[in-house]
Amino acid sequence: MIAEELPKIAAQEQEDQLQFKHHIFVCSGTACVSAHSDQIQAALEKDIEERGLGHVCSITGGGCRGLCASGPMVSVEPQGILYQGVKVEDSAEILDSLNSQPVKRLECSTEAPFFSRQKKIVLEYAGKLDPERIEAYIAAGGYTALLKVLTEMTPQQVIEQITRSGLRGRGGAGYPTGLKWSTVAKAQGEHKYVICNGDEGDPGAFMDRSVMEDYPFKILEGMTIAAYAVGADQGYVYVRAEYPLAVKRLKAAIRQAQKNNLLGNNIGGTTFNFQIDVRLGAGAFVCGEETALIASIEGKRGTPRPRPPYPAEHGLWGCPTLINNVESYANITPIIRNGTDWYTAIGTEKSKGTKVFSLTGTINNTGLIEVPMGISLREIIFDIGGGIPNGKHFKAVQTGGPSGGCIPEQYLDISVDYDSLLHLGTYMGSGGMIVMDETSCMVDVARYFMEFCMSESCGKCVPCRVGTAQMYDLLNKITKGEASLDDLAMLEELAEMVKSTSLCGLGQGAPTPVQSTLRYFRDEYLAHIVDKVCPAGVCKIYHHAEVFS
Amino acid sequence: MSRVVTLKINDQDVSGREDETILELARENGIFVPTLCHLEGLSDIGACRLCLIEIKGVPKLMPACVVRAQEGMEVYTESERLKKYRRMVIELLFVEGNHVCSVCVSNGHCELQYLAQKLGVDHIRLEYRSPKREVDASHERFVLDHNRCILCTRCVRVCGEVEGAHTWDLLGRGIQSRVITDLNQPWGDAESCTSCGKCVQVCPTGALTAKGKAVGEMTKHQGFLTTLALMRENDR
Amino acid sequence: MRASSVKTVAVPSDDKRWRLVNATMRRHGSEPDALIETLHTVQEAFGYLDDTALRYVASNLKAPLSRVYGVATFYNFFTLKPQGEHNCVVCLGTACYIKGAPQILESVENLAHIMPGETTPDKKVSLLIARCLGTCGLAPAAVFDGEVAGKLTADDAVHKVQEWMKS
Repeated sequence: MIAEELPKIAAQEQEDQLQFKHHIFVCSGTACVSAHSDQIQAALEKDIEERGLGHVCSITGGGCRGLCASGPMVSVEPQGILYQGVKVEDSAEILDSLNSQPVKRLECSTEAPFFSRQKKIVLEYAGKLDPERIEAYIAAGGYTALLKVLTEMTPQQVIEQITRSGLRGRGGAGYPTGLKWSTVAKAQGEHKYVICNGDEGDPGAFMDRSVMEDYPFKILEGMTIAAYAVGADQGYVYVRAEYPLAVKRLKAAIRQAQKNNLLGNNIGGTTFNFQIDVRLGAGAFVCGEETALIASIEGKRGTPRPRPPYPAEHGLWGCPTLINNVESYANITPIIRNGTDWYTAIGTEKSKGTKVFSLTGTINNTGLIEVPMGISLREIIFDIGGGIPNGKHFKAVQTGGPSGGCIPEQYLDISVDYDSLLHLGTYMGSGGMIVMDETSCMVDVARYFMEFCMSESCGKCVPCRVGTAQMYDLLNKITKGEASLDDLAMLEELAEMVKSTSLCGLGQGAPTPVQSTLRYFRDEYLAHIVDKVCPAGVCKIYHHAEVFS
Repeated sequence: MSRVVTLKINDQDVSGREDETILELARENGIFVPTLCHLEGLSDIGACRLCLIEIKGVPKLMPACVVRAQEGMEVYTESERLKKYRRMVIELLFVEGNHVCSVCVSNGHCELQYLAQKLGVDHIRLEYRSPKREVDASHERFVLDHNRCILCTRCVRVCGEVEGAHTWDLLGRGIQSRVITDLNQPWGDAESCTSCGKCVQVCPTGALTAKGKAVGEMTKHQGFLTTLALMRENDR
Repeated sequence: MRASSVKTVAVPSDDKRWRLVNATMRRHGSEPDALIETLHTVQEAFGYLDDTALRYVASNLKAPLSRVYGVATFYNFFTLKPQGEHNCVVCLGTACYIKGAPQILESVENLAHIMPGETTPDKKVSLLIARCLGTCGLAPAAVFDGEVAGKLTADDAVHKVQEWMKS
């Protein structure tokens, strides 16, 4: 394909689409599929065929609308109707209503704060794009950014634009993306690599899974632009094996991109060559750490190594390597298409753009959301999230996964950005946001995360390997009501030591849930230790008197 | 040719080549830095965390075995904080395995024991994990005692990097990991093992020893590593 | 000259599934970095990784035996033991955890008398845990023979596993 052909493909696809009066999208995200959206799609397809509606009504397994708790979701475009909690037997009624009033009892208001308070850049096509056809992506404006970059911009200009946008790594730490790109671009090496980190391992986080499943082409396009900017000829998407649908769609997308000359040799008729392969993870959280991820792509045990040297200079097979996470790459094409002024107008001074969060736990609207940086936690939890169900009271929200912390009620009005979260003793992380009410015990939550870090520790460095196990034992003792104040002091000393001396981010972050819960909920620890009670009633504390009575 | 740089270690001016590590420079200048996973002649992995140092302007502690010298660097190796962390690393190693010096063939020649004394670890405040671990005496000349293994992986590296057999590796991960030979089979049945004994010589504790030694009799000789490295360089 | 030609290793048996394994190794040029991809194929084809398979893969990819074993045991996804006829994977992600996953796990453990990672003696049921399925919106969740079940209760899980045990 050459640059001139792209608008033709887009026009043809748009013309094809216009033949249909209605486009039905059935969410094919994992949450909706597990609520049997695949069966609903099959039922709709069958009914459409039986009624001979095939020429006026198209049906597609579309992307995620975000409101996972209310799934399965079905939408009808361009009428903009959204249905929730659809069942197989609703198929006929939905088709009956196509030319009249929508089915009232299934309707889900898209005016609700859950939708209206969001700002979609990464999830810009939310639910209205066929993730399995490159033509649909092109018709929606896909690949214009890549061809613009290849035909009108130098690699240096691309890096400058990304730098000026202020985009920071969405994997958690928030390292400036432009700076990373420019380091790799400057590094000397015959080969360079571009890697997309899709090893989303934080328990309670599924943003990247959704992005990979719904917008595989967008990730490939972002990676290809990155490869052009840094001078790489080979790319890898490293995906968790637990995400089979994401793997399937990415592989299919790569084949289609190759077929359309948007990957491979002479991309878009230029002299630029770039290839992408998918590599499967195999169930090791530590592989989200970039040097461990590289070891894993090389077919080895996923153990991190000390940095420097950073992968930007010494990465995959010793070559300069750019590693960004899924959401970071998904931000690239909008920035190129719409310009930096548009992007920098969104967010806060130091945290630009939006962030995708998976909102889960004890909250009414669990699901996937994208919000501008700088929004308050209160808006996220109570406006978009719809508050706490069952008349319960908000207690804390956990961000940043096993390396993150819990934020209590008094900080609900802070702005959600990299720096304020760090200030509160937690961090942005990849975007998991788990809401807890008074039925959660914070010591138990700390113990849960420590068990996670202990089992996921690679075992290479002593503080993480043994320190997390010792801390887990101490937390266990506390939740059983068997610990003393000396044990608590030891726990704090270990936490400080493991944080300061561990080799990689897993170990350095492992004490954060303990330190954060001690900072805001110390009284709960003391209740377990001194009074031998669990205030939330979660931990089973047996008193000797009871055992013998 | 690599450049010569000058820097400060514990406020003392030192100079060296920029491809040298801080650990090498410190030792050349008679400055003590404790190590366990490091061994001259093997690749460095920065895993034991005993050689952590403070570098002015760098927020994180860095392992001296992998950080290279830079012009104007200011390095500190003996802060109270570092000393405390080193003692805790030793403590963690002691509670992780089952180390009973009084019955160990390496008593008096053990690097873990030496460092514990040198760093002033006089008592253990943590709870012993007391894991159930096995002894593999299937090899005709050597014994592997998992109870005394600190997972420094010197055996894995010497076998892969120097002998070229790669008989050793690690199984599992985290607190569950341990060293294995071939497909986790008895050492005596490991077909890739050349019985060269290098792993035994580089093992810092009594985990890998020669058969037939009484308490305190097992001494180890590691000088061969640097000699081998030197001879190979000359051959090239 | 002969010595430089690629040494081929005999296939362990005439089982056709080895062809899939060979195809994966060939696709990656039979280099050691294909190890994880190859182990995935072996597990997909045979259900687990036994010593025969590990040896075959090691010699074809020119990787040391201990390294292959080390990789196979480092990653949670791989299993060295044959799995039961049915499997139940309970998600212990954070969202599931705070919404009652521990109770679900406990009730299945008590019913089948197995711990996570184990298979019942009659090889009917394997119990596994997942770090996070990414279906947090439906917490608590579990996977029964590949099918995700969301908003699960301990009773639902017990009922499902009971059916398998009776079958």
